[in-house]
Amino acid sequence: MADVKRTPLYPVYKDKAKLVPFGGWEMPVQFSGIKAEHEAVRTRAGLFDVSHMGEAEITGSDALQLVQRLTTNDASKLEPGRVQYTAMCYPDGGTVDDLLVYMRGEGDYLLVINAANIDKDVEWMGKHASGDVTVKNVSDRIAQIALQGPRAEKVLQRLTETDLSRIRPFRFQADVDLDGVSGLVSRTGYTGEDGFEIYLDAEKAPLLWEKILETGKDDGVVPCGLGARDTLRFEARLALYGNELSASISPIEAGIGFAVKPDKGDFIGRDVLVRQKKEGAPRKLVGLEMVERGIPRSHYPVYVGEEEVGEITSGTQSPTLKKNVGLALIKWEHAQLDNRVDVEIRGKRVAAKIVKTPFYKRPNQ
Amino acid sequence: MSRIVADFYYSKDHEWVQVVEDGRVRVGISDFAQEQLGEIVFVELPESDSAVEADESVGSIESVKAVSDLYSPVSGTVLQVNESLEDLPEIVNESPFDEGWLMEVQLKDPGQLEALLNADQYRKLIEGEEG
Repeated sequence: MADVKRTPLYPVYKDKAKLVPFGGWEMPVQFSGIKAEHEAVRTRAGLFDVSHMGEAEITGSDALQLVQRLTTNDASKLEPGRVQYTAMCYPDGGTVDDLLVYMRGEGDYLLVINAANIDKDVEWMGKHASGDVTVKNVSDRIAQIALQGPRAEKVLQRLTETDLSRIRPFRFQADVDLDGVSGLVSRTGYTGEDGFEIYLDAEKAPLLWEKILETGKDDGVVPCGLGARDTLRFEARLALYGNELSASISPIEAGIGFAVKPDKGDFIGRDVLVRQKKEGAPRKLVGLEMVERGIPRSHYPVYVGEEEVGEITSGTQSPTLKKNVGLALIKWEHAQLDNRVDVEIRGKRVAAKIVKTPFYKRPNQ
Repeated sequence: MSRIVADFYYSKDHEWVQVVEDGRVRVGISDFAQEQLGEIVFVELPESDSAVEADESVGSIESVKAVSDLYSPVSGTVLQVNESLEDLPEIVNESPFDEGWLMEVQLKDPGQLEALLNADQYRKLIEGEEG
């Protein structure tokens, strides 16, 4: 356990949560229970420590050029105060990582990347840097707290004079004063609910964590672990790197083609992705609902008749729907809605059908 | 601290064995095991009349997050399984030693119970794991 990493919030919850190793980190998987936390976020609000996420700064007069070369979305559309969901790809179209790009100012971008990919990503960014641009890994000094759920704005508003209703989805404001703690407040998230992700100095994180829980107590705000974060993002069909995305899965296959903009100019992986967008990718990510008893889990093989057509990328019993559902990456020719497939669960073929995703969409969205 | 029932036998894999009558036992998972698993959402049990071997996987118990193999602590023939768990798997969390039992087995050899742990030995085992 000597080299296991912990976030600045570890002392706050170490005796209150069930902790598990996650991508080199010791993180809370649950506090009160995954189902209760999931429900809290869908109906009230939940607070997550996501400080394990990585942050890299790309700065300099050639910063935009580098971001454009590295990522699939069109970063030239960003303005200061805006956030973009995007991907970085290898030349063969496989995915290096999916990420958020924050434009803080001209030539000043903050890229938020997955915890397990920090070293790989920063090296990849550095390798392609040229001209007046600096890539800097600032992950260790930035903490991230996510407040997610329908009551998130109401609760966080109590801590600040800044009008949070003016921070629209995929926008952010830097240097927001949250009851004496300064943070970058971003209207983004990974749960399918409204909410905020707050980036702040690592040493201030425990203070803000306690303040949010205290002020949100009467609204039913609870601390949540990575277990609920996973079921929430899964129901909303938000991709998880390592499951839906990997070096051998393209963003088109994973269903995040909306973040691939072929017309923006050249970028790494463009040739393959343009072809997949035009002609279709060999595989497609679909939703599955079990018809017979069983829960689909990551890497379980999927069959049509005797042919293995793909595998499950994520699956669980959906806490919102109470149904056993999964996401599967399968050959495109079998990907039509209502098609019957079999999932191999511990050696047995169990019937499922292809259903629409996301499994959950929040009301009025 | 997990609860333990005094006159049950236990396996190192955290199953319990209750002697119902001579040669016939009931099997379940311990309070410690259900706590470790978290909220159970699915239980897969062997079929009635099937043969089970000690320490072999005979089914699975799944929480929201993870799948765990269910090992039979004894060898013999499955007499019946707890069918109410099909719709209400959470009973295993709520009542692991009683209503959340998993299966009843006719023992091949009643002597095999001596190879299992008694309550005191099992308590020591989980104290070690609870750290």
